[in-house]
Amino acid sequence: MSGISDTDRTAIIERVDQLKQQPGALLPILHAIQDQFGYIPAAALPIIAQALQQTRAEIQGVISFYHHFRTQPPGRNRLQICRAEACQARGARALEQHAQAKLGIGYHQTTPDREYSLEPVYCLGNCACGPTLRIDDEIIGRVDPERFDQLLDQLATRPLELK
Amino acid sequence: MTVKVFIPRDTTALALGADQVASQLEAQVQARGGSVQIIRNGSRGLFWLEPLVEVDTDQGRVAYGPVTASDLPALLEAGMLRGAQDHPLCQGLTEEIPYLKNQQRLTFARAGITDPLSIDDYRAHGGFKGLDQALKRSPQAIVDEVKASGLRGRGGAAFPTGIKWQTVLDAQGTLENDQKYIVCNADEGDSGTFADRLVMEADPYMLIEGMCIAGLAVGATQGYIYLRSEYPVAHQILNDAIQQAQAAGYLGDDVRGSGQRFQLEVRLGAGAYICGEETSLLESLEGKRGLVRAKPPLPALVGLFGQPTVVNNVLSLAAVPYILAEGGQRYANFGMGRSRGTLAFQLAGNIDRGGLVELAFGTTLQSLMHDYGNGTASGRAMRAVQVGGPLGAYLPESQWDTPLDYEAFSAMGAVLGHGGVVVFDDSVDMAQQARFAMEFCVEESCGKCTPCRIGSTRGVEVIDRIIKQDNLDSDLALLNDLCDTLEDGSLCAMGGMTPNPVRSALNYFPEDFLPEQPASEQCLTGENDHA
Repeated sequence: MSGISDTDRTAIIERVDQLKQQPGALLPILHAIQDQFGYIPAAALPIIAQALQQTRAEIQGVISFYHHFRTQPPGRNRLQICRAEACQARGARALEQHAQAKLGIGYHQTTPDREYSLEPVYCLGNCACGPTLRIDDEIIGRVDPERFDQLLDQLATRPLELK
Repeated sequence: MTVKVFIPRDTTALALGADQVASQLEAQVQARGGSVQIIRNGSRGLFWLEPLVEVDTDQGRVAYGPVTASDLPALLEAGMLRGAQDHPLCQGLTEEIPYLKNQQRLTFARAGITDPLSIDDYRAHGGFKGLDQALKRSPQAIVDEVKASGLRGRGGAAFPTGIKWQTVLDAQGTLENDQKYIVCNADEGDSGTFADRLVMEADPYMLIEGMCIAGLAVGATQGYIYLRSEYPVAHQILNDAIQQAQAAGYLGDDVRGSGQRFQLEVRLGAGAYICGEETSLLESLEGKRGLVRAKPPLPALVGLFGQPTVVNNVLSLAAVPYILAEGGQRYANFGMGRSRGTLAFQLAGNIDRGGLVELAFGTTLQSLMHDYGNGTASGRAMRAVQVGGPLGAYLPESQWDTPLDYEAFSAMGAVLGHGGVVVFDDSVDMAQQARFAMEFCVEESCGKCTPCRIGSTRGVEVIDRIIKQDNLDSDLALLNDLCDTLEDGSLCAMGGMTPNPVRSALNYFPEDFLPEQPASEQCLTGENDHA
């Protein structure tokens, strides 16, 4: 089991308790945990399973079904490139190749310095102005390789948030 | 005097720098000693002009676009705040822009005009009139009005909305549990579509009103909007709108003092395309893997948590306030044949003027792509158009004069789907597009049906071999066979329609698969084989 602190464990228990009474509570619970931690820690599974009276296997099965949920911590910046047809028509295939070469990682990977994670996404709804990139919750249009490099430079010079 | 300026807070506008334009505009006007009131409206859907800045004048709103922060000093110098028109970015009066003026906007009549979160704005532009009407009528009378409109589900399957509502109205719960539900399918996963997003970001109260009317019509007191997680802006706006609608008495235990109850909640999906399929969506809402259910039983009878449920697309529900306010017949006066009303076409991909075009059924692709779209963005020749999302056919120029209505498209083995039109120029490699269709099915199949789960992987492999031309004749026969199996052996459209883009690519663009020999004899047979 991946170790999480007692504080984190308490936080998870509290969130699960708040949400477990809603009908169909599992997705809201998983979203709440991932929003807080950036992924679903393995230690959360038994807590969720017990609260919902389900098996751990059932919870794991739901997590693995959905592309959105991660079971490993992501990099500091989560980049998603739209791979869908409308963006392909505007050069998304070239952008994908460029981004992977530039970052030196493939999809579903994180750079060794833990700065960037790269994920594919199938449509961000910006289909008239692609190729489209999502950085965390920000969606950016008309991203060609040159613009990608500029964005990366901006991220690299962004001051670290002190927590 | 403070000038009113409108700058959209729509995803595409934001993706092109609308926030920077808004903050820079405010700062620069202040530095010049003036003042502006910036209203963050929804988008008009003229995405090629985003960020579209509109200035309120005595003559109406004057549009400037596409505006970047660096254009602002020159625009202010040229007198933008007075509505001065002698600047290259000035588009004149917004309402007179032909792209907008020539549309028939019923559902999108308010998009971009109002502040999406202002209930006063919404009411001032005809909002909640449909709900007022519905509150005066019996459930059956509401359902009859929707039937009279001829509205068919806008999600893609085009099932008559009124008949679905009738089924749920007539459905009897059990003694222990007579709960019914309204579920809005806002899992707009088709590439090339953004109409649902535009409704939710530009005019969220219209969707809330439509769902509330649906609840009154069938006797459902709880609604869920199942929204895809790829739409963070819509998520924020919808949550705020629901909160405000609740506070103003349009939602809750006593809707507008009628004694009737309707609660509404947004539930977030988690990046699974299949959850746009209604039964998979219901499974997901219940907190499970999004596995497709066999039908029957229909969701109308045994839907969410086993109860009678209306599952409608955003655009279907969004059409309802107009139908109740203006009458079903008025809506039905638009359109052709059995396709009544308007469809929100979405021009996307390699198109010069991409955006939302709401028109009555019956226009042609040619007209959409040239009169509205103005050709490709790259300036190269158009070659292929995929209509109706990733499960829709790729159409060559010979098909672009077909009228856009459900029956005409169905007759040529294509679908209108959710109205997405994705344009490709002549640099496209159709063999790669066919391969991608199978690859997408590998990624997004829920896994319940073997032909879809395994067949898609085999499809990628066989297309790779066809591209390499190892053993062409037998591989083409194998692919044809595989497509038949997917079509016949899958419960839902994911497996059943993945062959559409594959077969159409092969039939209409065989030269991309067979570079070294004349291709005319090598077409696959199948439903897209119109020749």
